Amino acid sequence: MRRLLFESLIRRPLTEAAPRRSDAAMQELAAAIDRTARRWLGRSLSIRAVDAGSCNGCELEMHALSNVFYDIERFGIRFVASPRHADVLMVTGPVTRNMAEALERTYNATPGPKWVVALGSCARDGGCFAGSYAVVGGVSRVVPVDLHIPGCPPPPADILKGLLALLEQADKGARTS
Amino acid sequence: MPVLIDIAPEAHLIPHHRPWPRAVAGTTGWTAATESLADGRRILLGLWGEASCVHMALLDEIDGTAGVVSLEGLEGRYPSVARHHLPALRLERALRDLTGLEPQGLLDTRPWLDHGRWNLRFPLGEKAAALPKAKTYEFLPAEGESLHRIPVGPVHAGIIEPGHFRFTANGETIVRLEERLGYVHKGIEGLMAGADPVRAAELAGRTSGDSTVAYAYAFARAVEAALGLDIPPRAVWLRALMAELERLANHLGDIGAICNDAAFPLMLAHCGALRECVLRAADVAFGHRLMRDRIVPGGVAADLDEARVADLLTLLAEIRRKFPALVDLYDNTASLQDRMVDTGILVPDLARLYGAGGYVGRASGRAFDARRALPYPPYDALRFDVPVLNQGDVNARVWIRIREVEQSLSLIEQILGQLPPGPIRHHVAGNGEVREGMAVVEGFRGDILIWLRLAGNRVERCHLRDPSWFQWPLLEAAIEGNIVADFPLCNKSFNCSYSGHDL
Repeated sequence: MRRLLFESLIRRPLTEAAPRRSDAAMQELAAAIDRTARRWLGRSLSIRAVDAGSCNGCELEMHALSNVFYDIERFGIRFVASPRHADVLMVTGPVTRNMAEALERTYNATPGPKWVVALGSCARDGGCFAGSYAVVGGVSRVVPVDLHIPGCPPPPADILKGLLALLEQADKGARTS
Repeated sequence: MPVLIDIAPEAHLIPHHRPWPRAVAGTTGWTAATESLADGRRILLGLWGEASCVHMALLDEIDGTAGVVSLEGLEGRYPSVARHHLPALRLERALRDLTGLEPQGLLDTRPWLDHGRWNLRFPLGEKAAALPKAKTYEFLPAEGESLHRIPVGPVHAGIIEPGHFRFTANGETIVRLEERLGYVHKGIEGLMAGADPVRAAELAGRTSGDSTVAYAYAFARAVEAALGLDIPPRAVWLRALMAELERLANHLGDIGAICNDAAFPLMLAHCGALRECVLRAADVAFGHRLMRDRIVPGGVAADLDEARVADLLTLLAEIRRKFPALVDLYDNTASLQDRMVDTGILVPDLARLYGAGGYVGRASGRAFDARRALPYPPYDALRFDVPVLNQGDVNARVWIRIREVEQSLSLIEQILGQLPPGPIRHHVAGNGEVREGMAVVEGFRGDILIWLRLAGNRVERCHLRDPSWFQWPLLEAAIEGNIVADFPLCNKSFNCSYSGHDL
């Protein structure tokens, strides 16, 4: 272990420069956040992940955000264990009928102000599972959605861009309001 | 067809079923097949239904052959398999939820996938109106002094899929764990019915995100088996390359994540970095980090550029340089070993009874690997070992993964060294006839079975069986007598799929 730790002193870090925020995501967000943003958040964001029916692909890329290449915590963004600690619900999957109530209850357990990010193509409109007897549809059919991040699954860099846009808007909204 | 020979002398074989035989049996043959499972002569590979028939896929491990036994023309019921062979229990509960066929003599009459929230019942059978009010789900009782219950889920604390765990504990010690699954049931088999092979392949590749390559691989092979279609040699090899990259990425991620659950995030950080390198290499080589939709019926959808071969060789060198130090770290850290060794033991008898595949089976003495036992090209032309251990604890499941990382590195190197040139995709066209095909592919988690019937250019029925069906029930057994705090560790070492199981 000592060798590993020593090497990490002399090696360059693997962590990469922050990506540019996503302009498209910015526009989508502006409206939602202008209404609600306050200075409460500062520059930190706590995210509660909710899998409402996904294939697990989006979860893999969410996990990747915590690896050393993306190191999401350096932006003040972290994943939390309870909806009661969360500012953002990050919801994946077409919402299945068997998960709709659990999603709704998780949303209700999250204190305001709160935002919902729908992650992945299925979360937008049910994706390739739309129309199934077991699927309600996109996340917005069950809880209000503030931001969609498209992709199947969206690569970590895209998720990061969307979230940074969310943070910047929250900051800006706070200054003007 | 030795696998069926003593089961159904009166049966007739279905001529258009490939590559293994399918026989329509009478009740006697069905019962004989059930008995051969109960006395351990055969392994249950799958059990699924249609509106008025049920199918059971069997494996004869000694001969290395598989086959399907069917009961047709049913009037609402069939003789339960689980009554004599428990590993079929959840399969039969799911079968009843989906088709309405009643397994006669089944001891557990509770629904499994149907939580009473769909707007209909029996989606794959004679559809019926949903019941006005869902019945409360009764968990199995656990009685005794000072027992308490801990309900967990479906929404879990981490970034994981949804499912419910009901623990009964005596102090810290788990007396009983009961799983309740089905939360991410998307009705994939329902969506498959009537789909063309292109859309069906997309759905198959989204059954379980971490095994998207393996599912697409199995689906494509099943379609090709049904149509008797050969694919270009280059595609054969590229498929195996993607499958091994997927296995490598998942095993690296798992090794790190298991150690993280034993409060050792250093391993997660290092293994996570290696996993990310594999995903990035896959992205550069095939245009998608998880290589989704890259295997299609008829071949593959993305070719490997000559320049990318060197990139992949660099990746192999990088992992070979860094991984041994991590294995040493794992093996020489006393606090880690203290948590891993002797935790969550799955006894070999249970692994064999359930026909558990993947690292779960191989860490408990069951040497089954579809690449070796039911070989498909190009694995018949590749050199690799199937590591097996007998301890059955978390530590053994980690070591199987470590050994398989090494095997996958070697396989990728072999594949890159003999990639044949040429086209990568043949056109797929049905000839209007009804054809049936089946394939078993070894994903990182274990053997994935896909069975389908094509009518012309449409999928009439497709069944996808995740390896988790025969692993989830064993987690309940492995956790007994362990402390609640070791559950995440045991669960991660099994790493069963929710989405693949719930479909």
